[in-house]
Amino acid sequence: MKYILMIYRDEAAFQAMEPTNTHSPAYMAYGQALQQAGALVDGRRLRPADTASTVRSKDGKVEVLDGPYSDTREQLGGYFLIDAPDLDAAIAWAARCPGAAQGAVEVRPLWEM
Amino acid sequence: MTTGDQLDVLRAADGVARDRYGKLIAILAAETRDLSAAEDALSDAFTGALVRWHKEGVPRSPEAWLLSVARRRLVDRIRHARVVEGAAGHLRLAADERADAACDEDEQIPDWRLRLMFVCAHPAIDRKVRAPLMLQTVMGLDTASIAGAFLVSPHTMTQRLVRAKRKIKLAGISFEPPDGSEVAARLDAVLDAIYAVFMQGWTDPLGGDPRRRGLAHEALWLGALAVKLAPQEPEALGLMALMLHLDARSEARRNASGDYVPLAEQDTALWDPEMIAEAEDLLGRAAGRGRIGRFQLEAAIQSAHADRRRGNATDWPAIENLYDHLHRLTGSPVVAINRAIASAERLGPEAGLRALDAIAADPRLSGYQPFWAGKAELLSKMGDQPAAAAAFDQAIALETDGAVRDYLARRRAQACQAGDGSNASLTGSS
Repeated sequence: MKYILMIYRDEAAFQAMEPTNTHSPAYMAYGQALQQAGALVDGRRLRPADTASTVRSKDGKVEVLDGPYSDTREQLGGYFLIDAPDLDAAIAWAARCPGAAQGAVEVRPLWEM
Repeated sequence: MTTGDQLDVLRAADGVARDRYGKLIAILAAETRDLSAAEDALSDAFTGALVRWHKEGVPRSPEAWLLSVARRRLVDRIRHARVVEGAAGHLRLAADERADAACDEDEQIPDWRLRLMFVCAHPAIDRKVRAPLMLQTVMGLDTASIAGAFLVSPHTMTQRLVRAKRKIKLAGISFEPPDGSEVAARLDAVLDAIYAVFMQGWTDPLGGDPRRRGLAHEALWLGALAVKLAPQEPEALGLMALMLHLDARSEARRNASGDYVPLAEQDTALWDPEMIAEAEDLLGRAAGRGRIGRFQLEAAIQSAHADRRRGNATDWPAIENLYDHLHRLTGSPVVAINRAIASAERLGPEAGLRALDAIAADPRLSGYQPFWAGKAELLSKMGDQPAAAAAFDQAIALETDGAVRDYLARRRAQACQAGDGSNASLTGSS
């Protein structure tokens, strides 16, 4: 099954810690571990939420708002798309993700295509 | 096959339904993780069995017959769903041989029902639906009965159960038993859910609510199953010992006129000696495993109370000590209340009150009946009847069970009588 691990964390704190586009050694190692296990489908870090635009379309009229969909302290900061046999395996990967220690990792199954 | 009359047919179907329901559900749902579909298929198979067995006789293995009929239903349904929804054909159904083997090797470990219990008590499943889910999938109880027992509307319970089953299916919760290193932690969740079933029945002390009456016994059945399937796990033994100790006193919890009788005032001759003996035996076996836990400690506390049956005075220092261990293990404010009450038996009501005051800041306690009832009893013992009456009022306002409320009202009246005449003005105090 495919799962997405969505990494939520306190953006201000994270920006102070990892200001550049480089990935921390912890994330590098984690990504490598996923790859070696054949579980990695994709994974990316997102730019900060203040670069986000939120788009709605109503009656053919496009409405764009500056900022993320939800204005909460903890924001989606990145994701890993993984392939795991079941939820326990996906949770085990989520628990090893550096994001689980810094904030929270939401695990969601994908619709099978 | 032998030709069977209607009674044989019913008996055979009933026997499988009672003892094997959860196992069949687990086998049917293991591949697809779809509990609802498994329940529907098995229900169809039972309906078919009543007709076919009457005509053709009860099959040699009713269980295998039901399984193969239910599996055919399941496959038909899935084929149909595939056509309708155009779903991808990556589904692997359990090989018949595998399931039939599981059916024959009777109580092999890991038992299918234990796997199902692990699924129901999975950490990704909402805690409050775990016990109801177990009652439905392992024991085959219908939603309306479960809703009644848990004091929620059938509509709400249906929603909770449907949502949980949907999550199991779509999030891919595995029917494989947990890894060795995780078994103990995962088993704790299973035992918690079984205990929740028990308490749901136990908190109705008069047994006046027929919807809840059976739950303590369902929990004993599940607990016995857990012991059978995980006999090496001391907490499974501890939970069973705890439930047996409590259930042994069910006849003593009300008097001839139907009033609630608290533990301290119970006639110990009404306690069930066989259940107590079994509980003691289980607790001894658990202790032999050398790994203490919450349920073993709670069972040991009940064991200390059971000692009164032999004419011994209650060993309060031992009970206080056990609550102390339990509090270190769980940090539960409820345990802290019981520890305070036990210490009052040893050191007097002032010490008990000091201990209660020390935990009173916990916001969970202000709405907890035993906190106020315990405080009221200690205040009354110290002679502060006005304060005791006020605390009893709090306890009465929080208690949902009518019989216990009546009992608390009687205790309040006794406290007021014990006080001087000035207490009359307190009648309306809160």
